[in-house]
Amino acid sequence: MSQTAVAADGWPFADALHAEWTKLRTLASTGWLLLGLVALTIAVSAAADAAASCPAGGCQADPAKLSLTGVQVGQAIVVVIAVLAISNEYSTGMIRVTLAAMPRRLTVLAAKAALVVGLVLAAAAVAVLACVLLGRLILPGHGLTLAHGYRALSLGDGAVLRAACGSVLYLGLVALLSLGVAAAVREAAVAIGFVLGLLYVFPILASVASNPHWQRHLEQIGPMTAGLYIQVTLGVKTLPLTPWQGLGVLAAWAFSALLLGALALRLRDA
Amino acid sequence: MTTITPYRSTARAGRDGFGQLLHAEWTKFRTVRGWVIGMIVAVLVTAGLGALLAKAASPQCEAQTGSGQQHAVACGQPDYTVGPGGVLVNDAFNFVRQPLAGNGSITVQVSSLTSAGGGPIGSQPLVVPWSKAGIIISGGTSPGSAYAAMMVTGGNGARMQWNYTGDTAGLPGAVSAVSPRWLRLTRDGDTLTGYDSADGRHWTRVAAVTLAGLPSTVQAGLFVTSPVYSTYSSSSIGSGSGTSTPTKATAAFDQVSRTGRWPAGRWAADYVGAEGSGVASGIGGYHEVDGRFTVTGSGDIAPLIAGALNDGPNITVRDYLLGLFVGLIAMAVIAAMFMTAEYRRGLIRITLAASPHRLRVLAAKAIVIGAAAFVVGLSSAAGAVLIGTRIAHSAGVDLFPEPWPTELRIIVGMAALFAVAAVFTLAIATIVRRSAAAIIIVIVTLVIPFVLSAPPGIPAGLTDWLLRVTPAAAFALQQPAPRYYQVAAHYSTGSGYFPLAPWAGFAVLCGWAAVALVLAAYLLRRRDT
Repeated sequence: MSQTAVAADGWPFADALHAEWTKLRTLASTGWLLLGLVALTIAVSAAADAAASCPAGGCQADPAKLSLTGVQVGQAIVVVIAVLAISNEYSTGMIRVTLAAMPRRLTVLAAKAALVVGLVLAAAAVAVLACVLLGRLILPGHGLTLAHGYRALSLGDGAVLRAACGSVLYLGLVALLSLGVAAAVREAAVAIGFVLGLLYVFPILASVASNPHWQRHLEQIGPMTAGLYIQVTLGVKTLPLTPWQGLGVLAAWAFSALLLGALALRLRDA
Repeated sequence: MTTITPYRSTARAGRDGFGQLLHAEWTKFRTVRGWVIGMIVAVLVTAGLGALLAKAASPQCEAQTGSGQQHAVACGQPDYTVGPGGVLVNDAFNFVRQPLAGNGSITVQVSSLTSAGGGPIGSQPLVVPWSKAGIIISGGTSPGSAYAAMMVTGGNGARMQWNYTGDTAGLPGAVSAVSPRWLRLTRDGDTLTGYDSADGRHWTRVAAVTLAGLPSTVQAGLFVTSPVYSTYSSSSIGSGSGTSTPTKATAAFDQVSRTGRWPAGRWAADYVGAEGSGVASGIGGYHEVDGRFTVTGSGDIAPLIAGALNDGPNITVRDYLLGLFVGLIAMAVIAAMFMTAEYRRGLIRITLAASPHRLRVLAAKAIVIGAAAFVVGLSSAAGAVLIGTRIAHSAGVDLFPEPWPTELRIIVGMAALFAVAAVFTLAIATIVRRSAAAIIIVIVTLVIPFVLSAPPGIPAGLTDWLLRVTPAAAFALQQPAPRYYQVAAHYSTGSGYFPLAPWAGFAVLCGWAAVALVLAAYLLRRRDT
């Protein structure tokens, strides 16, 4: 019939995108998780802003990084969103229907990745904007004033704009990393545990490394430590990598994981 | 007539005792190969991270070889004074003394105690809350000797202190000419008893302590000391930085009276531990006019405090346990799947058909996963601590020494934390029935607050609050050394000083686990499978 003909003639990627969008949009959890991502990121950032203090002696606080603290916790929700997009299909057996309908497995993965990253970027943009705004409103009340050498946080400042946009991209890359791991290990709890362990282990290791040589290397290779260099606006020159190189390290982790996930999806039985 | 015997199966009736249920759950657990492998990997990774942390925390010192080339060597450990019981101590004070043979006592009136510090020592008057002046009976004049002392302090009233860590409060309030304090210390064998009085007639016993192995002739007399005055800047963000300046205190003593066998003649003045850091230079001796002594001193008689910005070694075994959260995540994943796998495969219906007492099923599962997690936690923590300590010793790292009860508390505490955390995860998984939801709830409440407390960049106020109320409070079990009320220091979470006491923090986790278990039991009974 004509309807069948239209579907068969369509551009395969657009069809895959449409199918994945339908699956994702009709799950109640997607909306709640995106809302949770925004709320948690903003709440933690606001708490960090409110807990800051800058006594008369001056302080080394980095207002942009401080007001974007919530990203470090919000990324946990991003991991869940991305992992569930794949693991849910395996836990319900839906994956067999999906792959029967769309035998090009990599197209399916690409469609999922495009949708999940798009949604995460959109939610992250909202959260990060709110964080910057809150930082602008709250921080001057906690001693980070012009008298202590701090200007009010503004996206007109190039470094702050880079920190804000970079934080959004950071969350998008974390989503890609999680998608890749989920495609490789399938089980949701294992994928979430693995990705969060990988993200958080490097800052912990680097925090006790009194040996500066070790500390630099641990921070350089960690997806979270290197990726979050993008939030640094003070003392950028002392970082082991430039902010964008740091984000590049995270991107390398994310694309390696995605490659691994793609291989696993392609080669294994569903 | 024939009697018809009804058929009876010769097979033994199945029993549904709790033992059988436990055995069934244990079989379900141990036969999932991924979980067993996951637990072994968790132990290996955690112990390996302990080794990595020990390597990363080893400072490298450079030395010149004969040919002028630089090469890395182990750093020499600074010489710390060791007090009774192996505690690292500060022991520096001005000691105006005479030997006391056998039993006896010394009584004195203190009528003033003032401190000064700042740029050139003595240029600015300063209130140093833990400046100390009083009487002391000590095993000897070498730093680290056993002692007991009665003293007045700059801001904490009269106190009796002994062997560096002991501290009991006496009369409150500062001393002045109009409100002096009388102090008395008596020796009877190994027992030293301290008294204080506001008028010299009505005495109150502050404490009686036993100092094992005190020699028959002890050194007794007046002492004055005053610790470094520290300010911590940088906005409570991150590890921050601090400045410390030595201070000195001057006290006036009067009406010295003694009982027992004391030599005649002048008092000797010794400066104990004069070369220590934090001691103002150029002080010592005393002035005596008509039985009124004026003594000035600087330093402290107190335990060393571990951690950055403090005077003790800043590496503790706690640093080697930071990787434990990776093992904890793995164990939580297994605990969540131990329950959610039942729902995913429909196995729960068979389980509950075989054992209709649903709460007993939950209890059996909790015991199995708790025991497994205890073993994983114990081996992970013991591995990380033992490997880390060994590497530290071979690299010559300046590691804060732990008395064995503390080390045991840390290792067994981590095992208990793993066990209760696994039960907590199992309960959450029973409530939400989805492994993804369960694991993220556990990671956000248990792991992330702990992770946020370690790296600099998060305001301490936020993480301290999180480590009080969330299940992550149980990480207080890692605290490597006690907070000493009588030492003003920088007790930050980053250096291992948690906002709650070790077992109090563990109780917070137990509370969360209990609440989750009750809710899980209620829902398991009320809901259809």
